Amino acid sequence: MAALYIILTASVIAISCGLLGSFLILRKMALVGDAISHAVLPGIVLAFLISGSRDNIPMLIGAAVLGVITTLIIEMLQKKAGMQEDASIGITFTWLFALGVILITSYTGQVDLDQECVLYGEIAYVPLDTFNLSNGLSLGPRALWISGSVLLLIIAFILKGYKGLVLTTFNKDYAASIGISTAFWQLAFMSLVSLTTVVSFESVGAILVVALLVAPPAAAYLLSQNLKKMLWLSTLFGILTAVGGYYLALVLDGSIAGAMATFAGVLFAGAWGWSKLTSKHSGTIPVTDKKNISTFF
Amino acid sequence: MEKLIEFISFSNPNVRFVTLGTMFIGMSAATVGCFAFLRKRALVGDAIAHAILPGIALAFMLTQSKSPWVLMGGALVAGWLAMFLIEAITKNSKLKPDTAIGLILSVFFGLGILMLTSIQHSGAGNQAGLDQFLFGKAAAITPSDLKIYIAVGLVLLALIFLFFKEFKLLSFNPDFASILGLPVKRLRFVLSSITVLAIATGIQAVGVVLMAALLITPAVAARAWTSSLKILLIIAGLFGAFSGLVGSYISFTAPQMPTGPWIVMSLSAIAIFSILFSPQRGLVAKIFRQRQNRQKILTENILKALYHLGENQKSQQNYFSKKQLLNHRKFDAAELNKGLKILAKKLWLIERETGYKLSQTGLPEAQRIVRLHRLWEMYLSERMRLKADHIHPNAETIEHIISPEIEHQLLHELDYPELDPHQKPIPY
Repeated sequence: MAALYIILTASVIAISCGLLGSFLILRKMALVGDAISHAVLPGIVLAFLISGSRDNIPMLIGAAVLGVITTLIIEMLQKKAGMQEDASIGITFTWLFALGVILITSYTGQVDLDQECVLYGEIAYVPLDTFNLSNGLSLGPRALWISGSVLLLIIAFILKGYKGLVLTTFNKDYAASIGISTAFWQLAFMSLVSLTTVVSFESVGAILVVALLVAPPAAAYLLSQNLKKMLWLSTLFGILTAVGGYYLALVLDGSIAGAMATFAGVLFAGAWGWSKLTSKHSGTIPVTDKKNISTFF
Repeated sequence: MEKLIEFISFSNPNVRFVTLGTMFIGMSAATVGCFAFLRKRALVGDAIAHAILPGIALAFMLTQSKSPWVLMGGALVAGWLAMFLIEAITKNSKLKPDTAIGLILSVFFGLGILMLTSIQHSGAGNQAGLDQFLFGKAAAITPSDLKIYIAVGLVLLALIFLFFKEFKLLSFNPDFASILGLPVKRLRFVLSSITVLAIATGIQAVGVVLMAALLITPAVAARAWTSSLKILLIIAGLFGAFSGLVGSYISFTAPQMPTGPWIVMSLSAIAIFSILFSPQRGLVAKIFRQRQNRQKILTENILKALYHLGENQKSQQNYFSKKQLLNHRKFDAAELNKGLKILAKKLWLIERETGYKLSQTGLPEAQRIVRLHRLWEMYLSERMRLKADHIHPNAETIEHIISPEIEHQLLHELDYPELDPHQKPIPY
């Protein structure tokens, strides 16, 4: 049962990350996800200190707010101070992470957190923290419930806002010209990314969140010519990562999060090799092919 | 105070090692980081810092030794491999660099964690101490560590000194470098290698996550103060060393405080200060300059409007009300009030209950603006052969910019014309 819960939770998180990650990659913001997953640390600590509990809701709010603030700071550094993108991301998240570590150290004793748990989390403990009814009936792990709700939220967001999201991803100017607010979709999308990052990283750790945000969508991107196929493939690769990673960890007797990240890398290598093999036969270069770009809408 | 004296006197050997070590690490990473920053590879540094982990784990598994030299060797190999893979993925697939960086970063790091935990559980050896590469161990630098840091620092500086011209060219214009016949590939390899070297030593001070800051933040801060590469390297190096000093001082006075994060906080504080307050490129200076420009344009437009109104009535002695000004040109009412106040303060306007007129000193100023406007219109219609109804908007912006030298040249070129293309007199 524990194995099932772990795989199930990891799959749900992997699907959430895969769906959002697909858009992150297409928006050329893959590393913003990485930055957010580190920069939410001070938000979590502050929420912890203010609410005084490890209750999920304040932590989620604190972290999600900080995630959005991070993207705003990065954007401001680029637009107002004219800083190059990589540098603005680099200095923002390191600064916030350092602040988080210092906060943790200043309030040791009050904060039951350390940077190790933030970095690699411990998905093995997921089945232990269950959601119980008042009569003692267990409804399964709390993490599964929370990440499941987030997944539903993401699916609803993508279905409801498909047009706005897709247009602002592929052609900002066109979107703006027909009256779709780029800023609104950017903010809504990044809020979802921070929410997902925060929800996920308590159970799987920051590094696996980054791996799940990038690797399955990147593999899917190499194998697809349209967005819908890419989203479906990301979902599939996400589930495969969760299952494969779990058994890899079992075989090697190591960290589950680490094994899942490794397995995601293996999947990507496979997809890369496959795309190389098939593209040699057809001989087309997908990116510069105008027809391919138009079918991507 | 006592603490400060004890710290400065360096009498405590532990303080000596930690301070010197972090200063050397800070300086090496900052100098090398300048090149990463200029080549827009800030986050490749982040990826390499993460990717080093499996190299360290593998080196330990193979040799069962925790000698810093062995671990550094493993780190170098993994760092190189990561950099190579990032380039290969970017070149040979449709993925963008940011995706490749994120991918290598997380997968390598995950692999590293998997290997470390696997070693731990299998009991194959005592891996304790390897996690210094994860979170840094600045507070526990030993004399033998210090020797390595100093050696690495000196090697890096020597290489940068030797290849300064080549690295400069490589950072700003690699195509030109290869046209000149420089061995670009080999140079890039040397530059990448010293970057990996700086990262492999740096993560021992601040840990994996914060390494990017050690590389990039000093360069960002230094960039606000200079446009010369030499000075950039020196300032960044000093910022790096200074922050090492600050970090070790804080963890000396408050021993529970982590050194690495405080080094990064100090670096970030310097960077934020520089981005905000540097005189040329600073945000505050920029906003101040923008405000001044806006004010100049506003007041010049008011002067011009008054001149036009006077011109229409063939007398610059008449007074014009705000309403008349607003009818003549679309000013924002609040802006107009502000501009009139500034002009009155400069004594370029004479104010009465019925309105405003140009003063003795204001009139030549107004004439200058109108002259520039009409001269430019003249130039556009005569030299660029533009139609009379196309030239006004362009002149409307350039009149605020034309310098006395350009004005002189225009006058000379056009031979002091009397009338502009709209048959209005040009005031001299």
